[in-house]
Amino acid sequence: MSLSKIKFDKKIILTFWIILIALIIAAPTLLPVFRLNLLGRYLSLSIVALGVDLIWGYTGLLSLGQGIFFALGGYCAAMYLQITSSSEFPNNIPEFFALYGVEKLPFFWEPFRSPVFTFFAIWTIPALVAGLIGFLVFRNRIKGVYFSILTQASLLVFFNFFNGQQKLINGTNGLKTDVTQLFGQMVGSESMQRMFFWVTAILVIASWFFAKWVVKGRFGNILIGIRDDEPRVRFTGYNPVIFKTIIFSIAGALAGISGALYTVQSGIVSPQFMTVPFSIEMVIWVAVGGRGTLLGAILGAVFINYAKSLVSEALPASWMFIQGGLFILVVTALPEGVLGWIQGDGPRNLLQRFGLKRKIETYPSLEINNKEKK
Amino acid sequence: MELLLDSLFNGIAIGSVLLVAALGLAIVFGLMGVINLAHGELMMLGAYTTYVTQLIFKLPILKPFYNSYIIVSIFLAFIVSGVVGILLEKTIIRKLYGSPLETLLATWGVSLILQQFVRSVPLAYGTGLIISLIIGLFLPTTFSSKIKESINFKYFKFSSWIFAALTGVLTGSVISSSVSKLSRASARNVDVTAPSWMRGQVEIIGTAFPKTRLMIIVITLISVIAITLFLNQSAWGMRIRAVTQNRQMSDCLGISTEKVDIITFGIGSGLAGVAGVAVSLLGSVGPNVGGNYIVGCFMVVVLGGVGNLLGTVLASFGIGIMTDLIGAGRFLSIWPDMPLPLSNTINFFATTSMARVMIFALIVIFLQFKPTGLFPQKGRMVEN
Repeated sequence: MSLSKIKFDKKIILTFWIILIALIIAAPTLLPVFRLNLLGRYLSLSIVALGVDLIWGYTGLLSLGQGIFFALGGYCAAMYLQITSSSEFPNNIPEFFALYGVEKLPFFWEPFRSPVFTFFAIWTIPALVAGLIGFLVFRNRIKGVYFSILTQASLLVFFNFFNGQQKLINGTNGLKTDVTQLFGQMVGSESMQRMFFWVTAILVIASWFFAKWVVKGRFGNILIGIRDDEPRVRFTGYNPVIFKTIIFSIAGALAGISGALYTVQSGIVSPQFMTVPFSIEMVIWVAVGGRGTLLGAILGAVFINYAKSLVSEALPASWMFIQGGLFILVVTALPEGVLGWIQGDGPRNLLQRFGLKRKIETYPSLEINNKEKK
Repeated sequence: MELLLDSLFNGIAIGSVLLVAALGLAIVFGLMGVINLAHGELMMLGAYTTYVTQLIFKLPILKPFYNSYIIVSIFLAFIVSGVVGILLEKTIIRKLYGSPLETLLATWGVSLILQQFVRSVPLAYGTGLIISLIIGLFLPTTFSSKIKESINFKYFKFSSWIFAALTGVLTGSVISSSVSKLSRASARNVDVTAPSWMRGQVEIIGTAFPKTRLMIIVITLISVIAITLFLNQSAWGMRIRAVTQNRQMSDCLGISTEKVDIITFGIGSGLAGVAGVAVSLLGSVGPNVGGNYIVGCFMVVVLGGVGNLLGTVLASFGIGIMTDLIGAGRFLSIWPDMPLPLSNTINFFATTSMARVMIFALIVIFLQFKPTGLFPQKGRMVEN
């Protein structure tokens, strides 16, 4: 299920890239700031979708708790921004602490004064947490539905923790970033938002290539092997626990980066990032786009979110129906997702149904394979 | 002593809500390996059924029987949620056997639709729709076998669906014109008031217990006993147990696994409805009411293991009692002069939400030693 099923011409690929890069450079001047900001946010969400695709589409682990890592990345970024812009507040600590009568900075805030630490924390902390959760679960050969439920439960645990701790991280109110300073400018200002858009676009492409590199070669083959038949992988002498833990922390790291980018563009990080529906939505982006196709994950995230904002602007109540229907439809009728359908036999079957293409009479799979080999 | 009794009672009360909610989930999961993410929304339907029943019993004709509405609503909730569950099984879940993760996603979609449904459809017409579903699904099964075998059975089926739809519209409009509260859609939470005989408290051994909580414990007890009897004594119960143990072999022996699946899913969903009645007694009822309980139910299923009711019972009471002990900081009152760091830790976790954090950590630690729950299924398999 890779792009190799359809052989793209090199010229087409080159034009695709030129158009894409031209669009990214031009978007900030073409779009109004509001739409640009939305597009930037959705692009950052596509990074977390890439992670979901890696663990679900390639390794077969359905995590319903990616929101944890997403929010952790967001909190890391927001804590750095808050603490470096807190010089005018009492005790040199972020403003909200005064509300709860806290005078001393909680110890875990200290390292976030350093930009270098924050830069690493944004992706290593989610990766470490994911690795720990993953290792504890995978070690016991807990998988399938059990794994999904445990990730969902841990999501709830993190939500409760962050929601309840006003004195440590401002609880349910979350941390605001749009009035903080970065490089001497307001994070919420127009020029900064434009810069964040470019950073996001570059990072999306970078993580796309990274994900492609991960699923290529032996490592990727083992992941797909785990998805299709885990005991056989184990009997062949590989230890699936290690591979699953590694890929789960990679997905966690991607989620962290995505969360940080989303936070600076939406202006706030709050426990709402860790609600159950949001994490399941991430799965549906991948499912609609096409699991097992990395491009599908990116496109799914961007398009579904855009559709969501358009529909919710027009008919607020109907989005839930549409989303629910989408879940059912994709799972029952289009299990490969849109891109998977296009790359697979979908269009051929459709044309055949309308009599526009000749039916393959005998052993269809055999003939297709032979054609490809030639 | 009194403190301990109080704590035990609270724990059992929390645990029994969990138990009745998780019971259906556990049975379905044991049989089909399917986790139904719409289980919470089936509970919500049960809770709304209680609300609708309560309002209908306030009508002049039924006013004399008002005090018994809660008993009636238990049965109604069972039927309503059960029918919705059966419909779910027939339309969606059946297509997805063998792919539990896909089922997870599809049922989540169903739960979203159900939530939005109670928000944007007036409850009166919702009731009408449910009534037509009940009639449409069950009327054809009451026909005599002669009709069933005849070639024109599909027309009988079709006409019974038309009859069902008409009855549904009729009841919907009758309810909506006679009970004004049900005639408009609203996303607001509604409240179920317990009948007068269930308000107040009862004193047992010097401690006062709220009657509603006792009622919930009784509901749970009856559900557990009924389901145990059904599974262990009836013919269908035996078939369900057989399919749970080995689906292919049961199929070979002539058990209709299709029917077993429908019955099990219906009963599991119906139990969710009964849980909804219990939940409606505890607080206000809203479209999101199921979500508060669902993860607790999952934890019970994970902890209790598959295919064993005793595991489910022990797991829910265990979680319930631990929630109370940690959430109310009872360890401190049992051992008042414990060292400071320990008491600080206990105080840190002494809220409902932090208790959940702690319980989850304990469950994960427990799973390190017993990965398949309290009572794992015996047997040697590479895959379970």
